[in-house]
Amino acid sequence: MRTFLAATALCVAGFAVSAAPTAPVALVDDAVITAKGMPKKLSDFGFFKDQAGWQPNNGVELYQLNSPLFTDYAEKYRYIYIPAGKKAVAGGDGVVQFPVGSALIKSFGYEIDGQDRLLETRVLLHRADGWIALPYVWNAEQTEATLKVAGKRIPVSFADPSGNKRDISYAVPNKNQCKECHSLSGAVVPIGPKMRNLPHDTLDMLFSNAMLEQTDRDHPPIPDFADAAMPLESRARAYLDINCAHCHNREGSASNSGLFLTYEEEAPVHIGVGKRPVAAGRGSGGFEFAIAPGEPDQSILMHRLKSLEPGVAMPEVGRSLVHEEGAALLTEWIAAMEKE
Amino acid sequence: MIRTLLAATALCCTMPALAKTIPVEAGADAQERLQEALILAEPGDVVELGVGTFELTDGLSLDVDKVTVRGAGMDKSILSFAGQLGAGEGLLVTSDDVVLRDFAVEDSKGDGIKSKGADRIVYHAIRVEWTGGPKASNGAYGIYPVEASDILVQDSIVRGASDAGIYVGQSKNIIVRRNTAIENVAGIEIENSFDAEVTENLVTENTGGILVFDLPNLPQMGGHNVLVARNAIINNNTDNFAPEGNIVASVPAGTGVMVMANRNVQVVENAMINNGTSNVMVVAYTQSFDDPNYDPTPRDVYIADNVYGRAGFAPDFDGGQQLAAAFGGALPAIIYDGLGKGLVVNDAVPVLDLGLTKVGQAPTEAKPSLRKQEGAGEAVALSPIVLPASMEAALK
Repeated sequence: MRTFLAATALCVAGFAVSAAPTAPVALVDDAVITAKGMPKKLSDFGFFKDQAGWQPNNGVELYQLNSPLFTDYAEKYRYIYIPAGKKAVAGGDGVVQFPVGSALIKSFGYEIDGQDRLLETRVLLHRADGWIALPYVWNAEQTEATLKVAGKRIPVSFADPSGNKRDISYAVPNKNQCKECHSLSGAVVPIGPKMRNLPHDTLDMLFSNAMLEQTDRDHPPIPDFADAAMPLESRARAYLDINCAHCHNREGSASNSGLFLTYEEEAPVHIGVGKRPVAAGRGSGGFEFAIAPGEPDQSILMHRLKSLEPGVAMPEVGRSLVHEEGAALLTEWIAAMEKE
Repeated sequence: MIRTLLAATALCCTMPALAKTIPVEAGADAQERLQEALILAEPGDVVELGVGTFELTDGLSLDVDKVTVRGAGMDKSILSFAGQLGAGEGLLVTSDDVVLRDFAVEDSKGDGIKSKGADRIVYHAIRVEWTGGPKASNGAYGIYPVEASDILVQDSIVRGASDAGIYVGQSKNIIVRRNTAIENVAGIEIENSFDAEVTENLVTENTGGILVFDLPNLPQMGGHNVLVARNAIINNNTDNFAPEGNIVASVPAGTGVMVMANRNVQVVENAMINNGTSNVMVVAYTQSFDDPNYDPTPRDVYIADNVYGRAGFAPDFDGGQQLAAAFGGALPAIIYDGLGKGLVVNDAVPVLDLGLTKVGQAPTEAKPSLRKQEGAGEAVALSPIVLPASMEAALK
């Protein structure tokens, strides 16, 4: 009997959708998240109540990170969705394990001519066979975002936090580039939402909504790299962790480099101190070491962070501007190291 | 008849989607069209590049297993990255069982084609070129497989790489066969790798011809079992144009073959002609390092049955000219730093032994002498490299 009712309900739901295809989606469509294939439109998921993608739907929660990744000064809006009745679990390593059916949604935009405009929304979907990353690009009318698996370049003019006008060719990553950063041993994984990078407000929200449970509460947070009240060393390591370590770790896309920039890495040579380049080519800038202690101007790491040339610039994707504040922080950190 | 038809129909229904050919032509929006084809391809598919020059604006990447990317020929289907705005290489491959053949990659801003963790990859009749000739501003590696098992690079041409034309790093089971490497800093480099054969290549007008290296502080170390055989290694005297800091920036112009910090390497049946510093160098890694698991010395290197032309007439290292003068105007064909163990030379050419006793010792402490031949030595055996049959079949 119960099965019969459920089946009937399903039919009714199916009928409702097919009868009124333009009606706003009431809820996030769990089946679209978990089904095979790549939905053509962002609205297919029902993550947002409005066409413009600003009002998260029920169950889609805005969250923050302690230290964000630099993406050409774009404003980022992060959302987390966990299917009803399920929970994410944070283990002893502080990595959050999301249940199948979860989605992480991140919109990127700028204030342009006094108005907040979205350029793209990236989604990470947790399916039965793993995570999949898809990029959606917003139309000029800001009414719909469409899948662009091959990525896109968008000319943008905006003012950076210091008020300087910037004209850039903003790069929406292609599907493979999403994976290049979100890759651990060849599989797609989330980067940002680790316990140590989630601020109190976000954790409180996740716990009070019963979206997260924690098996081990001891995850010392990494600081906001911009927080000058925190120790220089931990700010610099936080910056490297969130901007570089998604590739520069032992299982990431840059594993062959031997440069490992995770917050936990302890061996100085793997953080770059006195480390010679391996496959840097002209990325070396003629310098001998990734980090020459006390000499930021002689350090390959600074050279690549401050370069805009493809083939030299790091990170390899997602940056067409120098992050002045980040470069200043790392310069200060390397300058403060004792010369060898 | 009917029964056969039915059976065939049933078969069709149960089989996965048939492999298909996805044609992509040069022209407007080449970046988006080609990248989309590479993303939407399914295992078994062939992405077929048309004739012409594809003007690309960003790096390309392939992450689907069992895909073949095939052009109409290395001079006909050209991926030009002269206008590239981003990415660290022209084409990046991160999936297994991929075949790349019959197309060219030109003027990429970083590396030409990189394959990372891409097992059983075949590069066949590929051309990677920096069309302005040797320049420090060229990308580092032309053909660049790294961290993989089963690699085949054949019948390809690489020119102008500011590091190595064909570079295989941190990999296992490798064949680099019948390629041409011209006007690169290193023609062909096998680094931190196990079980490799470098055979029948033409390696000319590079700074150094063929390098077999091992470096410290890397996930895979202890390079060993490398055969360098039946190559033509001729006239590698191009000034070193590698950016400083990179290990190849320390390779003297005029190097034929250089074996550094490797074990069980054979250099046999090559023609090594007109390399101004030395036809063969066998040396230790000399820079400082902090890695207890790293052995910087060369061990069990076997040199035999090679044909030697002129060498050592223009040594490109400090004190080289004086040293050459002491030997009557030219250095011996083979230079050995004296470190490590088990060097066997069965060729009737003089061997200069620098007489170093410690890794990292200053060259001024060298006690150069001609090495005494100790009769015919034995080679440590190398097993032939066997690749999966599917890889050799992809060459057809």
